[in-house]
Amino acid sequence: MKHVITAVVQNEPGVLAHVAGMFAARGYNIDSLVVGRTEHPDMSRMTIVVKGDTEILEQVRKQLQKVINVVRVRDYSELENVQRDLMLVRIHVSPEKRHEVLALVDMFRGHTVDVSRNSIMVELVGPEDRLEAFTELVRPYGIQELARTGIIAMKRGNQSAGKE
Amino acid sequence: MTDVTSAPPTSSHAGKTGAQILNDILIEQGVTHLFGYPGGAVLPFFDVLYSSEINFILSRHEQGAIHMADGYARSTGEVGCVLATSGPGATNIVTGLATAMMDSIPMVAITGQVKSHLIGNDAFQEADVTGITRPVCKHNYLCKDVNDLGRMVREAFYIASSGRPGPVLIDIPSDVTTAIPDGEPNLEFNLPGYKPRGGQGNDRQVKLACEAINAAERPVLYVGGGVILSGASEELQAVAHKGKLPVTTTLMALGAFDETDDLSLRMLGMHGTAFANFAVQEADVLVSVGARFDDRVTGDLSRFAPKAKIIHIDIDPASISKTVKVDIPLVGDAKAILTQMIEHIESPDRAPWLKQIADWKTEYPMAYATEGNIRPQEVIAMLGEKTDHDAIIATGVGQHQMWAAQFYGWKRPRQMLTSGGLGTMGYGVPAAIGAQFANPDKLVVDIDGDGSFSMTMVEVITAVGYKMPTKFIVLDNDYLGMVRQWQEMFYGHRYSGVTHPCPDFSSIAKAFGAESIQVTEREDLSAAMDKMIASEGTFVLHVCVEKEENVYPMVAAGKALHEIIMPELI
Repeated sequence: MKHVITAVVQNEPGVLAHVAGMFAARGYNIDSLVVGRTEHPDMSRMTIVVKGDTEILEQVRKQLQKVINVVRVRDYSELENVQRDLMLVRIHVSPEKRHEVLALVDMFRGHTVDVSRNSIMVELVGPEDRLEAFTELVRPYGIQELARTGIIAMKRGNQSAGKE
Repeated sequence: MTDVTSAPPTSSHAGKTGAQILNDILIEQGVTHLFGYPGGAVLPFFDVLYSSEINFILSRHEQGAIHMADGYARSTGEVGCVLATSGPGATNIVTGLATAMMDSIPMVAITGQVKSHLIGNDAFQEADVTGITRPVCKHNYLCKDVNDLGRMVREAFYIASSGRPGPVLIDIPSDVTTAIPDGEPNLEFNLPGYKPRGGQGNDRQVKLACEAINAAERPVLYVGGGVILSGASEELQAVAHKGKLPVTTTLMALGAFDETDDLSLRMLGMHGTAFANFAVQEADVLVSVGARFDDRVTGDLSRFAPKAKIIHIDIDPASISKTVKVDIPLVGDAKAILTQMIEHIESPDRAPWLKQIADWKTEYPMAYATEGNIRPQEVIAMLGEKTDHDAIIATGVGQHQMWAAQFYGWKRPRQMLTSGGLGTMGYGVPAAIGAQFANPDKLVVDIDGDGSFSMTMVEVITAVGYKMPTKFIVLDNDYLGMVRQWQEMFYGHRYSGVTHPCPDFSSIAKAFGAESIQVTEREDLSAAMDKMIASEGTFVLHVCVEKEENVYPMVAAGKALHEIIMPELI
């Protein structure tokens, strides 16, 4: 089972190595790990997707919390939250089939960010399952290159107007 | 434990070099002894040490220095402090850091680094020390700016000694030690994420735990090194006596509970007593205090304490439910929680359970053969008697370590210095010397094997040089005995890579400048040991013992604790 965990960390050299090393040393499997800036200039936020059962997740959370530069750990398994992943994918497509792919891009609220004679590059943002559904639909055309940022997540506000 | 607050000191660091600031903060943190080895990258600091009030102790190898700092820390509870140069100096302390990390020993290691602008260039004696040591330290720092140095050193001492203790390393490029900060450096801690869990446990959980203990018919206290780190021996004794609770200690907790106490089950686990292991397997409530359910303690985990409700008291939340599923977790300091428990613990009638334990003690005593060649166990038992079980004992790792654990007879905390978690051979010689520096008037004895002693015996020269009255007993069987035992028992007697012919250690010791006696006959042992104890100098007692003696009782790897092999006494 996949779990999304975030860790707010101090912007110190070696924090990423420490966290990544801890995961490797304890044999936890990382699906994705994203590091980026936050609203606070001295803090970064890591979003980590881990595979494992709830006991493993509990250990991951505790071991993360033990890293001195980790300020706050949050597990999203039981929280109402929004998850986003960004994908760039270059799809092989002949001019005559291009409209089919563009229709799919439109349906998935993606953007075409580059077009050449035999390929288009698409940018797609969304939760993981939407990205994967799109990938499967365009796979028959031929995927030349694909890159994803990995998931970032944020808890919904208490007064949240509702899910998407 | 060192009292560390985040309040800045009153003295000014403005205008001082990094090396002077380092020296000032070490003194502020109470460092009196610094074990280490010099080199190019730490020259500026050694120049400050020339006129410092800190005693610098030069080892013969950096590994020796860090184990000395470790022995110093374990025997006192203070933070041990070690200094090494860049590159090989730093890599030579890695084993010592891992040793301290596994046993939660407070330590601060300072390493020199090449000049900041050379980092990453494969400069002479450069190594990525923070990268190499990150997994074996509680925390580490690379200080690239002299303005941060004082704060980092102060944080290092605080982190090393608070919560679950551990080693902290600060890697300092040589140009940082010669640089001068801009004005008065900021020494305030910057640790927003570090919230060590000390203090009391949750009241409700404490009551819940005590109710379970009071209702139990066959309770056992399973006590680990956390009780020693927390200084909770008296509280442990009070709880055990009030509740009539039998106590078993791990290797790390030997001395936390007096073994002559009727409630003592002594050590449990792979080479623990049969009565401790049986008691754990039969227990209906098992209370773990500052222990971590290590595989050498539990045997087959799925069949460990199968009938017991498990209460786990630990300062480190990550230790709880790591290997064993815990019924009542209690996070906090062992001393504080045991204090909370005393008023809730009742004194029910436990006669049937205590009778059962007494019967096991009679039926399965700790024993060894006494004929033929000198038996290593009898040397240790004799040492226990002759020193009134009160010496500080260090050990290496292997058979002799287990025999020391089994037969010395422990009665007070911080008496036993041994590498329990990492199992570092060669730990004993330098650890004993480090403990001697901290306890100059105490009898400190390293009980060692010929394998472990061979790894670090060069530090006997250090002991001689500093006129340390430290004693070293080498139980020499010309084998790497523990591995040989496993090959005998589980690999059909195929002795592979364990034949370890030894030199005359007493001649070596004399050449090193120590006093020494070699003993081969039983009738000479007692007098030789008396001489050793009476000696005022460094002394090596080289005892040639039975070559193929095995450590018993034994729970083989993968077996449950009750599937114990007892010795067949010839």
